[in-house]
Amino acid sequence: MINRGNELKLQLANPGILERYIKTLSPWFCGAFISSLIIGLWFAIFNSPPDYLQGETVRIMYVHVPSAWMALFIYSSMAVASLIGLIYGHLVAFIYAKSVAPIGAVFTLICLVTGSLWGKPMWGTWWVWDARLTSMFILLFIYLGFIIVSKSFNDPVKGDKISSIFALIGFINIPIIKFSVDIWTTLHQPATISKLDTPSIHTDMLIPLLIMFTSFVFLFLYIFSIRFFSELNLRRYVTYTLSSK
Amino acid sequence: MIKRKKRIYLISLFFITIATSIYLILWALRDNIVFFYSPSEIQQKINLKEINEMSKLRLGGMVKESSIKQLNDGSINFIITDFDREMVVFYKGIIPDLFKEKQGVIAEGSINNEGIFVANSILAKHDENYMPPEVQDALKKDYGDK
Repeated sequence: MINRGNELKLQLANPGILERYIKTLSPWFCGAFISSLIIGLWFAIFNSPPDYLQGETVRIMYVHVPSAWMALFIYSSMAVASLIGLIYGHLVAFIYAKSVAPIGAVFTLICLVTGSLWGKPMWGTWWVWDARLTSMFILLFIYLGFIIVSKSFNDPVKGDKISSIFALIGFINIPIIKFSVDIWTTLHQPATISKLDTPSIHTDMLIPLLIMFTSFVFLFLYIFSIRFFSELNLRRYVTYTLSSK
Repeated sequence: MIKRKKRIYLISLFFITIATSIYLILWALRDNIVFFYSPSEIQQKINLKEINEMSKLRLGGMVKESSIKQLNDGSINFIITDFDREMVVFYKGIIPDLFKEKQGVIAEGSINNEGIFVANSILAKHDENYMPPEVQDALKKDYGDK
């Protein structure tokens, strides 16, 4: 006997049915992204206070911090998907990891660039090799490495396996990024929000930050849906050409 | 099922091996990964003769209250403290916006034979607190100058 929950799980494990779900949701992701981006930017630029020390420069944070969160979140989800793929051999898990990697790489790049733009007026330098900045820079290269590895095999089954192992090795960097500011002395400040204590940020600044984060999540989901379709069709094409030989 | 269990063991063993080796590498390099030393750590290093006038290093801590002195030739003098030990810093050049009393700062340079830290660059360190100026004023009023 299959209950409804299990039935849905089975359906989602089937690429074709999942594709239909995502196809229906895709325009909603896009709409949610655009509307939350407009609200978020309005809050971030016009309706939030300047910082007592940083002044108006604090507004860079509303792009910098959500993209850093996205970069870490996307990589962690990729590692989980790779693990599921390696153990259970689910095609959807491999396709997920492969299609979100470039999105994560771009968020990492946005994080590094906006951080650098903030660093010059605030710290007095564009870049230093402290533990947080360096480990984030390494994350960019891990993303790029994953993309290259996942594209360098003609046989998709082999490519999935190797790139999943690569993703798991790269995951070791994620806790290093997160805790770098606590373990070592760094120029980068320690965590403001994701810590056990209450967040050290005023609510008027926390609201735009969270709206911008929501907006980035929907942007991620929207781009993922597009990439999921193309990756799935690519697999179908490869399978078709292999079987017709 | 047996095959899947074997795969899980293999993956975890592989992952643990790599994670352990990276942990050991980072442990061995911990003295180089830290971005700056506090005045106490520097004092300790001087006592152990690990550093001398030639060694380039970074000193970090808080700018001590009312310790910033402007000199005639445009250079500045201030004290970096970790609330245990303190160190006098001499610097000539551009200072970042966030460089203020009672704020975090990192000075790059070396220690001269008089025990003064001669910096060739100054980085301001920002803390993890974000708040509007009014809130800061209110806090000052409520809790005194914290």
